[in-house]
Amino acid sequence: MVVNSVHWFRKGLRLHDNPALQEALSGADTVRCVYVLDPWFAGAANVGINRWRFLLESLEDLDNSLKKLNSRLFVVRGQPTEVFPRLFKEWNVTRLTFEYDPEPYGKERDGAIIKMAQEFGVETVVRNSYTLYHLDRIIEMNNNNPPLTFKRFQAIVSRLELPRRPLAPVSQQQMNRCLGKISENHDQLYSIPSLEELGFRTEGLPPPVWRGGESEALDRLSRYLDKNVWVANTRVKTCSLYASPTGLSPYLRFGCLSCRLLYYNLREIYMKLCKRSSPPLSLYGQLLWREFFYTAATNNPNFDRMEGNPICVQIPWDQNPEALAKWAEGRTGFPWIDAIMTQLRQEGWIHHRARHAVACFLTRGDLWISWESGMKVFEELLLDADWSVNAGSWMWLSCSAFFQQFFHCYCPVGFGRRTDPSGDYIRRYVPILKDFPNRYIYEPWNAPESLQKAANCVVGVDYPKPMINHAEGSRLNIERMKQVYQQLSHYRGLSLLASVPTIQEEAEPPMTDESQTSSGPDSPPRVLADIEAAVCLMAPDSSTSAPVPDQDNASLHQLFQDHCTSSGWPSSPASSPPQSPAPRSKPGSPSSSCPSPSASPSLLPRRRKGVAHKGRRSQRQRERSSCPMAKEEDEEERMQEEADEERMEEETAAAAQQ
Amino acid sequence: MKRIKGGEEASSGESPPEACKKLRREVSEESEAKAAGESPLCDWSLLPQEILLHIFQYLPLLDRAYASQVCRVWNEAFHMPELWRCFEFELNQPASSYLKATHPDLIKQIIKRHSNHLQYVSFKVDSSTESAEAACDILSQLVNCSLKTLGLISTARPSFMEVPKSHFISALTVVFVNSKSLSSLKIDDTPVDDPSLKVLVANNSDTLKLLKMSSCPHVSPAGILCVADQCHGLRELALNYHLLSDELLLALSSEKHVHLEHLRIDVVSENPGQHFHTIKKSSWDAMVRHSPKFNLVMYFFLYEDEFGPFFNDEIPITHLYFGRSVSKEVLGRVGLHCPRLVELVVCANGLRPLDEELIRIAKHCTQLSAIGLGECEVSCSAFVEFVKMCGRRLSQLSIMEEVLIPDHKYSLDEIHWEVSKHLGRVWFPDMMPTW
Repeated sequence: MVVNSVHWFRKGLRLHDNPALQEALSGADTVRCVYVLDPWFAGAANVGINRWRFLLESLEDLDNSLKKLNSRLFVVRGQPTEVFPRLFKEWNVTRLTFEYDPEPYGKERDGAIIKMAQEFGVETVVRNSYTLYHLDRIIEMNNNNPPLTFKRFQAIVSRLELPRRPLAPVSQQQMNRCLGKISENHDQLYSIPSLEELGFRTEGLPPPVWRGGESEALDRLSRYLDKNVWVANTRVKTCSLYASPTGLSPYLRFGCLSCRLLYYNLREIYMKLCKRSSPPLSLYGQLLWREFFYTAATNNPNFDRMEGNPICVQIPWDQNPEALAKWAEGRTGFPWIDAIMTQLRQEGWIHHRARHAVACFLTRGDLWISWESGMKVFEELLLDADWSVNAGSWMWLSCSAFFQQFFHCYCPVGFGRRTDPSGDYIRRYVPILKDFPNRYIYEPWNAPESLQKAANCVVGVDYPKPMINHAEGSRLNIERMKQVYQQLSHYRGLSLLASVPTIQEEAEPPMTDESQTSSGPDSPPRVLADIEAAVCLMAPDSSTSAPVPDQDNASLHQLFQDHCTSSGWPSSPASSPPQSPAPRSKPGSPSSSCPSPSASPSLLPRRRKGVAHKGRRSQRQRERSSCPMAKEEDEEERMQEEADEERMEEETAAAAQQ
Repeated sequence: MKRIKGGEEASSGESPPEACKKLRREVSEESEAKAAGESPLCDWSLLPQEILLHIFQYLPLLDRAYASQVCRVWNEAFHMPELWRCFEFELNQPASSYLKATHPDLIKQIIKRHSNHLQYVSFKVDSSTESAEAACDILSQLVNCSLKTLGLISTARPSFMEVPKSHFISALTVVFVNSKSLSSLKIDDTPVDDPSLKVLVANNSDTLKLLKMSSCPHVSPAGILCVADQCHGLRELALNYHLLSDELLLALSSEKHVHLEHLRIDVVSENPGQHFHTIKKSSWDAMVRHSPKFNLVMYFFLYEDEFGPFFNDEIPITHLYFGRSVSKEVLGRVGLHCPRLVELVVCANGLRPLDEELIRIAKHCTQLSAIGLGECEVSCSAFVEFVKMCGRRLSQLSIMEEVLIPDHKYSLDEIHWEVSKHLGRVWFPDMMPTW
């Protein structure tokens, strides 16, 4: 039987370590490499010119590499669901291959395509090569929940077998066996579109700082490995804020570089240099962060929003389009913030410390604007913005998830000065300030007027005044964060600041005892014990294979129960009943004529916690029966839970007697 | 049955929560059963009021509203005063908030039927002036109620500051005058002023226990002093540093005054180089003598060069938060002059390691049990020494990974072991994504 393969490129724009492409080649009579792109949709999508350019360059590079193998890339215009039926018939396709996409949107899209292929009698082969590990495996190892702290994630990963080794690039020999006919008018039919075709104006467009493509990625990789900086010192003291010629993140994003190739290269060099049997996980820093966020997002279609997102703390962010625009366009009046946003817009990449600075400024630090707005701006501008990683980082940085301490707030003046005392970074990206002396370059509004005139830049005329008083803003925002977290703190104590005591409970009515458990001076130790339990039980040494308990998920579950069952973000008693299995909060939707539950006497959150416990337990009981090894630890945990439940029931009964 | 149907219409298309459906289903089955001539003993409407009240207390308002449409008795139960003692008004505008708001009809209902039952009231407002004004409008209609607690909470920007001051003051005074027994008042970031505080004191001096008024620019030191002089039951107070005076501390430590439990001070600089007054050590001493266990919580949002007047003498501070950069030198003084320190947070410091400062703090602050370090530097060995000195009393230890500088004794990989050993539990530094 004739085998006509189509390999569908989406991410994974490379010929090296491409297992799905290898599957396409295996025993095939013809192989066509396809990229599907809808130019109309492209123009409308919220993706900036730098990202499109990077993609097009990557496609060109891919096409060039294929040409060298006497093949070509077929860029087909349209939507996958319309394109494939046509191609299946036209090319008499029998096999469709593509890389596994772990993101919820991608999974849905691919599901539809696989179904369609089945109807056409086309075999589909999907291979995982975008992430190091099988994410489902990590989730499974964590009692079927994604780990939500990085430490825990590392603990699980350290118990996994090593990632699969990268595969060799596609060879001429392999390709020769399955060359399809390339038609005369290939370039008319299947050419890579230009930026103009996608609707971008390109006059005066400066050359790219980051050039897309697999070839560039591999060059960078070898330069990166030559430098060896990461081996001697994972902590780079003088961080460079500028685009580095060895930076790899955009290439990982588009799959021009295989994460496994990077992984094994790092590992081998480490083992050669350090002569230790196995390198520490910290060696793979960025790669693991990427993996962490992918794992957290893969089963959560609402991962990129606050509403309906079970891991996201509901924070009453402000809506302020003007302030958001100032931030996005680098007109905040804080040179450090403006320089970063300018670099991002011009070049498509900023250092991770710079990301922390602008994300904190937009959200919990100063402007109190939703992380979702910031995420969308990054999505447009940032070359390495992956859906999962982008949303995850924004939640992390805005203290909306992953149990972050919120006390740690970056000052838009001090943090910049600490990172780049010379101010040269500012001079490069906000040149209007170039003549300010170092002393004032991070706070030009404090410079004497004569100095501003001498520097040819009067603040308020040539450069904006700071849009916010940072001291006042951060005072307010810390308070807001405290309000939010104090409501959650009897589920899991997060913060130093939230545990500052108050007599609140005695001034409140006796029956609304939410506050008694949340902010009494006695509660922090108990809450802390919770975190400790989560950490303590982890195997600190990656070589021992201790059981990984699900404490942090348990806590999150409670947290989830807490704020997702309540109708809005405040401490109002729950508005949805205990028996609904996956309660979702709908803070934005006006529900009905009586929407706001009062802060009425309620013991519901606690009871609900009990319900959650029971649910989890029965789930584990089922698991236990299939996994005898885990029995002992589970038994302990179950007893602990039962004790908890008993205590809870006692409390409930006692409170009810009042 | 008819009424039930009406209920569904009222819910405007939104499907009512499961519990309600279930409840209703049961009820309708019940009535069908009755119609069929079965046991009349199961009539739900015969539930004693006390039990009904008890059940209703477990239900959120929306569910209670649905339940109230079941029958007359339940409808009466819905309006029982006990269920309306606490209420949280949420005032948000679609343009400025992602959150829902309390429905205007419900607000009207409450004012009409239940305002005399309200005792514990809070308002959560978003950043729009409209919302804050709506809150003031509601407040000024609360004429026949006696509140015990009132909280005005800005969830985003401080929008009460945008309301015309006279409007705000007259609304607040309505509550002060009518309540007579306010025990807790949270009015941070509002334009409250001295005369209105006088009204508060005149009507509620016997009951007031808690007053939070951080960043209320229209209050003067004399205004707050008047409160401290008259309200002898005051146990918790939050205000800005510019309102703090020696007289205030002495008033709070007078014999007539109960023990103060918490004093929270925000120190915020409006413009760089601002001068701050000092508080005498003798005034603090008087406070500690009078209220030996009180918590002094201080939040600093200052430039480094504004710390001159602070920490030169012993101060009974317990919780200390440096929201901005603080110098090495000031931290050195903290180590010498804060013997009661329990919790310390340093958001940022310069580029020199804080080794001696931390050791000094460990040595002198024997109560210290929680510490958080952000943009600072500490050598690994000094940090281990610090942890060793504090030992297991450090119940919270939140250090950013990049704070710790590896040295000849410890690498980053080793330090968590060493620290864990001294803490008696597994500890890791905090991390930020390096992505």
